[in-house]
Amino acid sequence: MLKQIEGSHAMAEAIALCRPEVICAYPITPQTHIVEGLADLIREGRLTNCEYINVESEFAALSVAIGASAAGARAYTATASQGLLFMAEAVYNASGLGLPIVMTLGNRAIGAPINIWNDHSDAMAMRDAGWLQLFAEDNQEAVDLHIQAFRLAEELSMPVMVCVDGFILTHAMERIDIPNQAEVDAYLPPYDPVQVLDPAEPMSIGAMVGPEAFTEVRFLAHYKQSQALRLIPQYMAEFANIFGRESGGLLRSYRTQDADLIVVAMGSICGTIKDTIDEMRDEGIRIGLVTIVSYRPFPLDALRNALHGAQDVVVIEKSVAVGMGGQLADNVDVSLRNLPSAPRLHSAVAGLGGRPITRPSLHRLFRQALVQPWEGTHFLDLNERVVGREIHQTRKRRRSGPTAENILRQLAESGNVAAE
Amino acid sequence: MTSSMFQVRIHGRGGQGAVTGAEMLSVAAFVEGRHAQAFPSFGSERTGAPVVAFCRIAEKEIRLREPILEPDCLIVQDATLFKVVDVFAGLRPGGYLLVNTNKTLAELHIQEVVARLPHGHSVIVPATELALKHVGRPLPNAALLGAFAALTNVVHFDSVKRAIEQTFSGKIGATNAAAAISAFEYVMAQQQPARVA
Repeated sequence: MLKQIEGSHAMAEAIALCRPEVICAYPITPQTHIVEGLADLIREGRLTNCEYINVESEFAALSVAIGASAAGARAYTATASQGLLFMAEAVYNASGLGLPIVMTLGNRAIGAPINIWNDHSDAMAMRDAGWLQLFAEDNQEAVDLHIQAFRLAEELSMPVMVCVDGFILTHAMERIDIPNQAEVDAYLPPYDPVQVLDPAEPMSIGAMVGPEAFTEVRFLAHYKQSQALRLIPQYMAEFANIFGRESGGLLRSYRTQDADLIVVAMGSICGTIKDTIDEMRDEGIRIGLVTIVSYRPFPLDALRNALHGAQDVVVIEKSVAVGMGGQLADNVDVSLRNLPSAPRLHSAVAGLGGRPITRPSLHRLFRQALVQPWEGTHFLDLNERVVGREIHQTRKRRRSGPTAENILRQLAESGNVAAE
Repeated sequence: MTSSMFQVRIHGRGGQGAVTGAEMLSVAAFVEGRHAQAFPSFGSERTGAPVVAFCRIAEKEIRLREPILEPDCLIVQDATLFKVVDVFAGLRPGGYLLVNTNKTLAELHIQEVVARLPHGHSVIVPATELALKHVGRPLPNAALLGAFAALTNVVHFDSVKRAIEQTFSGKIGATNAAAAISAFEYVMAQQQPARVA
């Protein structure tokens, strides 16, 4: 049913249709509207047979989900930013124990400096924690990925993180097709756990494992993610059969057939990139986009096939590994490793801490890749004057003060504070 | 900008319902079978602080996720914002301007902008006053959407009314719809002589 609805509330409806039995809720911007929406659905009696637990922290949220999942319940939680970091130990436990929890991550920057706005730093901080990570391009996909996530998680007995751009998607109200219960029931079978804590049949989960077995346990986790590379396209196809639209998959190509330049990106930025590509195509520039949906497992082979005909690849991502560069660019590089006549790769970091990514800036970036390609990491729309002055003053004075406050002071003095 | 898309930027202060206004406008477009995307400016919301909300309306799927840089219409919920924020940034040459105020456009000292816009594209409406009269609270957003329908004709007034009643149930919906009707009529009354002249 088509609704004009906020992304968070649409996700809440989709999650409710998946019949979760335990929801662990702890508020943190920008995911709060999702768990609030679920609370409303339970209060209104639209989600039954579900225990909604208000916990005292993010660490508790995921720990309770772990306990619930180990006891055989379909468990869900959501978090963002520092909340994900606070539950970091439990994040590794959920995957290490092989528990099929689904968690929404309302992607948000990580402090310090404190920042509530969107980027992908939080997802990247936990990218190697053993969870599957799926990134939604729009709110329709955010809805659809949650339904696919429960199926995928439970088939593999591995947790899945659905990454949704904070504010840009969570707080956007748009036209979204909300599936009905019969469709979701046809797609998602009841949870049939591979391991259950049951007093009737006692066993332990979470044994101490020494050097004699640790490698094998990790290998099997890696093996499960490689199985996911096969299951994700299969579940996308089955989803399309039942729901009548394509959502999810490992990756998607847009106007790449004859492209000299291919952009690689994840999440909601892809919509703006597509509009930019259409404008550049109208000017005769052969440019296309590959949207990565599944970041973990990373679709190395599918990406190699999607990129191998291009001359240049621009990876644009909302995160930076300080001291290294873009994590997505680094991973894309692996897919091109040892490829004869591999395309040149150019890495750009954009949208950090919620800085808007606009078409004019993307036009400039993509053109630059064609005429004046760069090495290293390019920071899109970096205020070079402010950065230069700060570097200069830290060289002049030992006690130069805190960086963030210095930058804010500079901006205030130049009257350059954002109007919004 | 894509010619088939109409973009509205709402400037207000925290507590005036700028975000809800943008969302209701998107619902009004949705009930007409169109695509619409409403979103806030993603700031920390504080009562009284300048806030911005956006709404795009189009006949096809909206993929764009940047803030609205070149609005086709500005809705200004609080006329004191002109001194604080660059409200007019990017306003398109053929665009519309709708200001909630008890003053006249001349008294607001924004004649330069008004002169740049086509005749009849700038109007004022005492939306807060109308809200106080009908709803009993100084929330101008619903009234402004009624005025918006009269000014731009981008959405039909009936769609605005449905969006308001869908957002606020019962008596609150009815009183907000009444404020919107008054604002709609107020602008129509301004527009008629302007169009003749």
